Amino acid sequence: MDFNLSSKHEMARTLFRDFAETEVKPLAQEVDETECFPEETVKKMAKYGFLGIPVPKEYGGQGCDILTYAMCVEELAKVCGTTAVIVSAHTSLCVDPIMTYGTEEQKQKYLPALAKGEKLGAFGLTEPGAGTDAQGQQTKAVLDGDEWVLNGSKIFITNGKYADVYIVIAVTGTVEKRGRQVKEISAFIVEKGTPGFSFGTKEKKMGIRGSATYELIFTDCRIPKENMLGAKGKGFGIAMHTLDGGRIGIASQALGLAEGALETTIEYVKERKQFGRSISKFQNTQFQLADMATKVKAAQLMVYRAAEAKKRGGNYSVEASMAKLYAAETAMEVTTKAVQLHGGYGYIREYDVERMMRDAKITEIYEGTSEVQRMVIAADLLK
Amino acid sequence: MNLNEYKGVYVYVQQVDNKIDGVALELLGKARDLAKDLDTDVTAVLLGSDVKGLVKKLAQYGADKVILVDDPALKDYRTEPYTHALASIINEFKPEIVLVGATAIGRDLGPLVSARVQTGLTADCTQLDIGDFPIKPMMGKEQQHNQLLMTRPAFGGNTIATIACPDNRPQMATVRPGVMQKIEKIADAEAEVIAYNPGFEENNKYVEIVDVVKSLSNTVDIMDANILVSGGRGVGGPENFYILEELAKAIGGEVSCSRAVVDAGWKPKDLQVGQTGKTVRPNVYFAIGISGAIQHVAGMEEADIIIAINKDETAPIFDVADYGIVGDYKQIVPTLAKSLESIAATEA
Amino acid sequence: MKIVVCIKQVPDTKGGVQFNPDGTLNRGAMLAIMNPDDKAGLEAALRLKDQYGAEVTVITMGLPKASDVLVEAMAMGADKAVLVTDRVLGGADTWATSTTLAGAIRNLEYDLIITGRQAIDGDTAQVGPQISEHLNIPVISYTQKLEIEGDYVVAQRQYEDRYHVVKAKMPCLITALAELNEPRYMTPGGIFDAYDAEIVEFNRKDLIDVEDSNLGLKGSPTKIAKASDKVRKGAGEQVNLDPEASVGYILEKLKEKHVI
Repeated sequence: MDFNLSSKHEMARTLFRDFAETEVKPLAQEVDETECFPEETVKKMAKYGFLGIPVPKEYGGQGCDILTYAMCVEELAKVCGTTAVIVSAHTSLCVDPIMTYGTEEQKQKYLPALAKGEKLGAFGLTEPGAGTDAQGQQTKAVLDGDEWVLNGSKIFITNGKYADVYIVIAVTGTVEKRGRQVKEISAFIVEKGTPGFSFGTKEKKMGIRGSATYELIFTDCRIPKENMLGAKGKGFGIAMHTLDGGRIGIASQALGLAEGALETTIEYVKERKQFGRSISKFQNTQFQLADMATKVKAAQLMVYRAAEAKKRGGNYSVEASMAKLYAAETAMEVTTKAVQLHGGYGYIREYDVERMMRDAKITEIYEGTSEVQRMVIAADLLK
Repeated sequence: MNLNEYKGVYVYVQQVDNKIDGVALELLGKARDLAKDLDTDVTAVLLGSDVKGLVKKLAQYGADKVILVDDPALKDYRTEPYTHALASIINEFKPEIVLVGATAIGRDLGPLVSARVQTGLTADCTQLDIGDFPIKPMMGKEQQHNQLLMTRPAFGGNTIATIACPDNRPQMATVRPGVMQKIEKIADAEAEVIAYNPGFEENNKYVEIVDVVKSLSNTVDIMDANILVSGGRGVGGPENFYILEELAKAIGGEVSCSRAVVDAGWKPKDLQVGQTGKTVRPNVYFAIGISGAIQHVAGMEEADIIIAINKDETAPIFDVADYGIVGDYKQIVPTLAKSLESIAATEA
Repeated sequence: MKIVVCIKQVPDTKGGVQFNPDGTLNRGAMLAIMNPDDKAGLEAALRLKDQYGAEVTVITMGLPKASDVLVEAMAMGADKAVLVTDRVLGGADTWATSTTLAGAIRNLEYDLIITGRQAIDGDTAQVGPQISEHLNIPVISYTQKLEIEGDYVVAQRQYEDRYHVVKAKMPCLITALAELNEPRYMTPGGIFDAYDAEIVEFNRKDLIDVEDSNLGLKGSPTKIAKASDKVRKGAGEQVNLDPEASVGYILEKLKEKHVI
């Protein structure tokens, strides 16, 4: 057992950190303030392969592992939660299911452009009446000749409108399960620009405000039959497995936010003087920082362990859920404390920790709320 | 190498478009001090095309001798013919010290010449002394006297090193412009002129100058300025900045400002010094009406000399200033500018 | 076209600086990065590679740890990497360093050698031009723009108040200014590949046409007499005088410091 990163992972971190500090950090405040999707940054990340990190080279990717991808999201989130989630949603929720469940034709068709970042990906599962609950799904897909006809809508879709390729979960019929008729769920690849596929209004959010969150609307949207991802009726499994991977991405984002807030706060308390001395000299400050740093380190170990578990294959749901639960709650706690240690300045938008605290909150909600993570973990304990 | 054969302090006289660069006169001034310590004389090395007319000025600023290489091959600066000329002079005349300005020319010529004559070169010196090496006697090591001790900053100014070149001659140094003092002009001074022809034969190392493009731009980057006159909120308003501009003009500097000034719309962002602006390292930084927030200080604390003028005697800027003046800048700065102008006028 | 780029691992001067007891730098104790001007030189080479399909070899001299910058260079796109390392090379000044690098480069084929103008640790700007002297090839220092025309390099050579457009026949050496370009980042996949790639190691025996007496601390004409950290300055003097005396005070200080 080795808790040290390999030198190539260390060098990858240096790369991600340099990029984040130089290209992403200077825009973070503006991206938040204007709620603008950072298209130029996405183009730059595409140029350097950040959008295809775990994709094998033969599909135009970087041929690296999940840990490298997690570190990328982590370093981006240290300076900008928005930029981090763009990479996470693209990689974990669109690229990964195509890599895992796509036919060779689908991989050849979609992966190179996605991995090179020429196209951006997104994932549509959540509906007004259903989040991670499959039976609540209302979007329907009906086979008509050689095409599936989609009707319905998806909400809160990250990278919405800006993404070119969407993984969409829809009901394709009913099947009998333990004597009951239940919905049969399937997954589809839907391209932007398909007639009948449009976008609703953009959500105005508390945090990650530059991330584009849109409603996807399908009105008699016809997609080729071969765009079904995985087997018919396997959509719920695909969605759940995809979310397991997504949780590693979001856990990395939460981890990065916590680390960013901690680093910012350490710098601040060294500079800030009260009662004639640096506030870093106060024991309260020191103990708060010690607790923050300890939790951040624990979160990091859990996130990296989950990433390594996914690389090894097999079931890593519990590792991913635990990492996401702990990292998200740590992000919320650490960013809140960071604001508190900044005092009045922490509440001012000019200071990064204000944005970090707002950005952190979503990590406890999307890709399964903390409560859902507890359900997953408990179910495993009590099985 | 017989070190005792090498005598005299030589200064490479940089001229561009047949105008002597100021650093050459500064080096002549320093060379006089060194020559006095070593009981020797000062030789100016003048390379160029049609530059004979410059000899008089070199004498006036301290050259006892001038070695002159006047050849069309030396019209514009090119590495090879200049290296050939200076290296040939060193081999022929054997100086013990050669000083070169640390300019874009000197920092090319110096390394090439030192490699060709196989001696050491210390770059960008800020101080030159004659002394012993090792500086303090060391067991088992002979202490050599009358060495050129060359002091220079390194690591972006984080460290200072003093360097000697005890076993090779000449001892070569490039020296930053503006550090040494030229002597007062001696109007009737004369120098012995030695015309020298090293012979110029084109070889593979001769490059062709296709074009010479002189820079016309007036926009000065505050990061390049040697002197900055920086104003803060305490200046009172955009209409008062002319006071700072006059001081900048009088002392040959540029105007910069703090973030408060940019936020108030008094000055453009590219003049802002500080964490969210530019980090500057001028020789002199005037902080006028600047309180000295950490974010500002981070961008200017590396200035060599910080002079702060502020009404508030508790302003944090005084914690980093070398010279803090408590007072109203409106009563101080205009007089200061006038005094500097009159000093400049008498010197010209 | 074959391009050799000399790169140097330097301590990041943003942190503190440390010395060995003998006054030489304790490089091991500091965070190390690729020297910025060298990185611009590497970028220039990689752009020529993108444009003309050049082969780019990076070379560095230093402790084995210095191979980190070679890996970084390969992760940016360099094809081959050479580490020049030997105990006898320790403590070299610019003269000994340029002699050593020239001795190593004599093993390689090159049309163009690129070095950075200067390294942020020493700021001397000497090694590049001196390599050209040892190899007897033309040099263009302070390059702010670079183009290739047939067998010639056409470069903008920067001076304080002008630039020269200079044409030199290859093989030649240029020293790159950071202004030359904006270096690219590594790619994650490039990093993974670079760690699997071979780094060629040259030792003393591989140096061509180099005398023992020209190597390392012994072969260095310049010797450090004294080195110290610059003392971070605290508050200086503070005066509270009438306006006229204040002006006098400032003038006196400016004279004292040779500003006027």
